[in-house]
Amino acid sequence: MRRILLFIPVALAVALGIVLFAGIGKDPTHLESALIGKPVPAFALADLQNPDRVHHDDVFKGQVSLLNVWGTWCPACRDEHDDLVRLAAEEGVHIIGLNYKDNRDAALQWLSRLGNPYALSLFDPQGKLGFDLGVYGAPETYVVDADGIVRYRHVGVVNDQVWNEILQPLVRQYGGQG
Amino acid sequence: MARVLLLLSMMMVSLSAAAITDVYPFDSDADEARFRTLVAELRCPKCQNQNIFDSNAPIAKDMRDEVYRMLLDGASDQEVKDALVNRFGEFVLYKPEFNQRTALLWVTPLIAILGGILIVIGVVVRSRQREHSTVSLTDDERRKAERILGGDDSAS
Repeated sequence: MRRILLFIPVALAVALGIVLFAGIGKDPTHLESALIGKPVPAFALADLQNPDRVHHDDVFKGQVSLLNVWGTWCPACRDEHDDLVRLAAEEGVHIIGLNYKDNRDAALQWLSRLGNPYALSLFDPQGKLGFDLGVYGAPETYVVDADGIVRYRHVGVVNDQVWNEILQPLVRQYGGQG
Repeated sequence: MARVLLLLSMMMVSLSAAAITDVYPFDSDADEARFRTLVAELRCPKCQNQNIFDSNAPIAKDMRDEVYRMLLDGASDQEVKDALVNRFGEFVLYKPEFNQRTALLWVTPLIAILGGILIVIGVVVRSRQREHSTVSLTDDERRKAERILGGDDSAS
């Protein structure tokens, strides 16, 4: 009996080791959005191309969309841009762009030079909607279902792998319901 | 403990405290103190080991601005925290609330301390028992032992 008790420190050390080992390789900068399962925050933002037009949160109603947060100041946004253009053109993905803390002229230039994957572009120079969404690092891409409910947030670049493995299944899943 | 830590962190903050009143002027000292406490307790989601007071990230500035705006509007500390948690998640609280999910986090130190106390009590009780049991020799045994020990003495 007493001999078994001697193994308690070993068992504790092994348990601690397992707990710590489980944390290795996890990305501490990956945070789940606080908005999952909640509607997109209410907003009234001007259209990027057409400053007189104001969009509200009902732009998400009716179909599953990706909400892509980007800015011309963001190098990783340049990385993913070609993939977004391809997704919109070839896969017919409905992408709504949120131009975040940016300059309208620079953004328009960027879109005319690199192609415009966005069905609709919201212009958010103060980052108001970005703040309400909890954006902490562009690019971020949200999956929003047909009822305007946020279902997923991806922080970082969207590439083929992210699309195939993470976003497309979600878009299919929520698209099937709607 | 938490208060001592908070006090220490606020003492460090106060070194650069003069700057904050220039950017975020308050009418009352009480509000200013609340602002300092809040920006020290809220964590920047971008620079994860800094609070929003220390961090230079744009998002931290936005969060400071929001805290300031809400305090001027007369929001309570809890309302400010809730507003930021609703956007950025519980991650932004350096001091998470006690609820079902964080229960283990808060209770683990207590469990460890109680476990340690139980182990110490166990060791003490057991060694006491051992002392008692070794004393109980019969008279015969004691005489025998004294004879052996005495014999040893004379031999050396």
